[in-house]
Amino acid sequence: MSVYPDNLHYTKDHEWIRVEGDTGTVGITHFAQEQLGDVVHVQLPRAGEKFDAHATFGEVESVKTFSELFTPVSGEIVAANDALADTPELVNSEPYGGGWMIKLKLGDPSEVDKLLSASEYEDYLESQKED
Amino acid sequence: MIDFGGWDMPVQYTAGTIEEHMTVRTRVGLFDVSHMGEIEIRGPQALNLVQHVTTNDASKLADGQAQYSGLTYPEGTFVDDILVHRFADDHYFLCVNASNADKDFAWIASHAGEFDCEASNVSANYSQIAVQGPQALATLQPLTDVSLADIKYYWFTRGHVDGVPALIARTGYTGEDGFEIYFDPHESERIWDKLLAQGQSFNILPCGLAARNTLRLEAKMALYGHEIDDTTTVLEADLAWICKLNKGDFIGRDKLVAQKAAGLTRKLVGFEVLDKGIARDHYPVFIGDEQVGYVTSGSPAPFLKKNIGMAYLPLAHTAVGSQFDIDVRGRRLKAQVVPTPFYKRSK
Repeated sequence: MSVYPDNLHYTKDHEWIRVEGDTGTVGITHFAQEQLGDVVHVQLPRAGEKFDAHATFGEVESVKTFSELFTPVSGEIVAANDALADTPELVNSEPYGGGWMIKLKLGDPSEVDKLLSASEYEDYLESQKED
Repeated sequence: MIDFGGWDMPVQYTAGTIEEHMTVRTRVGLFDVSHMGEIEIRGPQALNLVQHVTTNDASKLADGQAQYSGLTYPEGTFVDDILVHRFADDHYFLCVNASNADKDFAWIASHAGEFDCEASNVSANYSQIAVQGPQALATLQPLTDVSLADIKYYWFTRGHVDGVPALIARTGYTGEDGFEIYFDPHESERIWDKLLAQGQSFNILPCGLAARNTLRLEAKMALYGHEIDDTTTVLEADLAWICKLNKGDFIGRDKLVAQKAAGLTRKLVGFEVLDKGIARDHYPVFIGDEQVGYVTSGSPAPFLKKNIGMAYLPLAHTAVGSQFDIDVRGRRLKAQVVPTPFYKRSK
């Protein structure tokens, strides 16, 4: 699998979303998991909770640091990845697979159009490399 | 790579911190610690100078023996924590923290004039590699002419590693058996590669700063700038065992004697977070509604699989079992003082 699959949409906060119908699956990117290092805990919301776009929906903790998680788009949580409670390392090993975090019922599908494509995200990462 | 006291150093290599950590606990890991500083003290009164500036009793050392010690200000607080190696009664070799090397040397040199000896900062003359873990001896032995099994813990010898003259010390900062080797920096890349190749049969891993930190934390070893600095005394840091008040006068002794007599008001403890959550460096520590200190180091402990840390607490709350709160980004988590070291290897 590519480091940044073409079928996903990305944010500058390093989340990705995979849209299927009116539902989106959200996780963090390869870059994000690499920066965090070994993930040891993921705090996720419960089904039914509603979020605006770019709202804090949880937190990911690694051995050396932590980071807030932001919704790429608005929506209502329909599922959270319970497997991460016992196997948070999936975020590192399968950031786009078993390491997914939440599934959202999209509040406004047009918000997805404002997100970055895989190549735009890679350009963004490149532009952030200063030294 | 991060900038660590002016040195570019890897936080982790490709395996990741947890795997690096576990490798040192169960097999063998390799650390490039060339950033550490080295200071030599030579001359007829070398021991007198060492005794004057440090808290432990260097007169107890034999040739080829090393000890952990404190370099202290008149207040009994830390200039640095160091390793003192005795080559001979007129020749001592100190290993000091990278970020403190210049400060330490200036401090020692400023007192050297009172004694018939000379201090020199020889940090640029040495690379240092630490080979740590149960298989450290087996990894290093084929590359050296000295019998490593004959070097006792906290002793050292001079020999060769892959033909290069080296000081080989049975010391470390991980809580495991292992060796720290000091040698000509021009040879460091080759020796690093040789050790990695030699350790391959044990699945050796190169380890970064993050694993070095979690390993030393599990072993409850202090880190300058975290547990100890110029505001914490040797006694407060729970390091009375390196504070030999009866060895004769030394810098800071008067204050430490007075503090011991008056009783400490606070002391460093090890704690375990009881609630779900991770207490990290600098998080505020509360007893009831009163903030009484902060976390000096806090992290998940990869081997123990607990969230642990160290903090200064008022003396009345330092007993094992005593509970307190830590503010983790707005959430109050319950923590408890536990026996330390958190991790102790089985002999």
